[in-house]
Amino acid sequence: MNGIGTVDNPLRVAIVGSGPSGFYAAEALLQSEHTTEVDILERLPVPYGLVRYGVAPDHPRLKDVADTYAEIARHPRFSFIGNASFGKDFTLKELADCYHAAILATGAATDRKLGIPGEDIQGCHAATSFVGWYNGHPDYRDLEFDFSSESVIIIGQGNVAIDVCRILAKSVDELRKTDIAAHALEALAESRIREIHLIGRRGPVQARFTTKELRELGQLSECDPFVDPDHLLLGDTCKSELNDVREPARPRNFEIFRSFASRRQEKRKCCRIHFLLSPREARGRLRLEELVLERTRLVGPAGRQQAVGAGQMVSIKAGLMIRSVGYSGSPLDGVPFDEKLGTIPNKDGRAEVTSPAGFPVYVTGWIKRGPTGIIGTNRADSMATVATLLADLPSFGAQPKPGREASVALLAQRSARSVSFQNWETIDQAEKARGLPLGKPREKFTRISEMLAASSA
Amino acid sequence: MPHVVTGNCNGCRFTDCVLTCPVACFHGDDQRMYIDPIACVDCAACVPACPVQAISESADLSKDQLMWVEINAEKSSSTPVIRTKQTPLAGAEERRAALGF
Repeated sequence: MNGIGTVDNPLRVAIVGSGPSGFYAAEALLQSEHTTEVDILERLPVPYGLVRYGVAPDHPRLKDVADTYAEIARHPRFSFIGNASFGKDFTLKELADCYHAAILATGAATDRKLGIPGEDIQGCHAATSFVGWYNGHPDYRDLEFDFSSESVIIIGQGNVAIDVCRILAKSVDELRKTDIAAHALEALAESRIREIHLIGRRGPVQARFTTKELRELGQLSECDPFVDPDHLLLGDTCKSELNDVREPARPRNFEIFRSFASRRQEKRKCCRIHFLLSPREARGRLRLEELVLERTRLVGPAGRQQAVGAGQMVSIKAGLMIRSVGYSGSPLDGVPFDEKLGTIPNKDGRAEVTSPAGFPVYVTGWIKRGPTGIIGTNRADSMATVATLLADLPSFGAQPKPGREASVALLAQRSARSVSFQNWETIDQAEKARGLPLGKPREKFTRISEMLAASSA
Repeated sequence: MPHVVTGNCNGCRFTDCVLTCPVACFHGDDQRMYIDPIACVDCAACVPACPVQAISESADLSKDQLMWVEINAEKSSSTPVIRTKQTPLAGAEERRAALGF
């Protein structure tokens, strides 16, 4: 026994990243039988990661999960250390000096590219940029999106694609009372978009929409969704996938597609859900004018069907394209990284970090398993990672670690102004106060300088 | 429309659902689990976690399942929150097989 996890030698753990997986890891550690101190280090001055910057502004209920995180944060042995960036303000070596172990929960913030000619021309964007922009993320604050074209293309058929679609399909009046960033609301007010194309490589049975989000698309006040009825004629392999008892969402979604196929356009905007199309080339002189796509067909056994090109090309005219075709984590200095999967290689959450020698490093959330699952999925994942960490505890170096006092002192030397949870609560109050006269739950600060100024107001 | 735990939970109570709930809205007794409709944020993370597909959004319930809306609301107010995985009921695996999962 090394005596770690007692009042005399508390287990001190640093968690890098304050999104859902980071907070659930903190919760699991604080609830363990060992005396544990947990510090979450966050790159931005504000916590909650994708709950703040990913969840769509018109889904306020989902943002309520932040209340659960605030409760975790009020635990006496928890600290939030915001405005502290891994690799810039502190290194893995320094974490090893201050803590017994580290858990990396940095997520998957990078968009995968389509890999087609022309995708970098003006008017083509990544969904992460667009989502970050409308949610007021400081990294995307100064991007510009041009909504002057009547037609827009979204590549991908997951829940991010559908969020993007909804934000473009809704009227400004529907968005005005959400916590959407002011600059986004202003730009969307000028939108001339009438037609939204939502493109998927595979068919209606394989599309990964959740039923709830798909249904919501059918209930928008200014937009009618459409599906080509021909795409709902299924071959035998698709039929067997549709009737797979392990996938109850498929027949439900299919019914919704069927209802979309029989709609008539009555509203100002429409959203066309296309299946079996794969983008091949983005064209335009100065900016995007059209996207060339190839029709696909499905090959392979049920459950593992892949889309392959069928030869026939089609073109969709559009002035804006937003891609949401997968996400990848970013490498962290000194930590092995799997470029192909976009994750940190690990065994049950334990990363294979060789330097500093003997420093136990763990991973959780999207940087561990890739960008799958939703907020709650990370709770089970983080509990599993913490179980691995606690099982390893007897092998940790017995020496007491200084924990937050040392790490905060280190950050102060670097002249990085760290933000405590109390500071964040001050920012939070200020954002809510700014939102009040506008009827918004909050008006976010969208620049780091503004956040820091508000934190000590 | 909150999510509800329906009849398939009876005789199983696998409780994989509680691990995925971001807001601790699962309650339980010796028999089964219930969702607090006020706490539930409708994220649906629990739906694929259940090995016997006991959890549905209210909007997806069939007529003969509608009673579970009220049972979940009522029972969740008088039973404790469950946040960690419990031992499934005796016979849970047999029932799971009988349900076809």
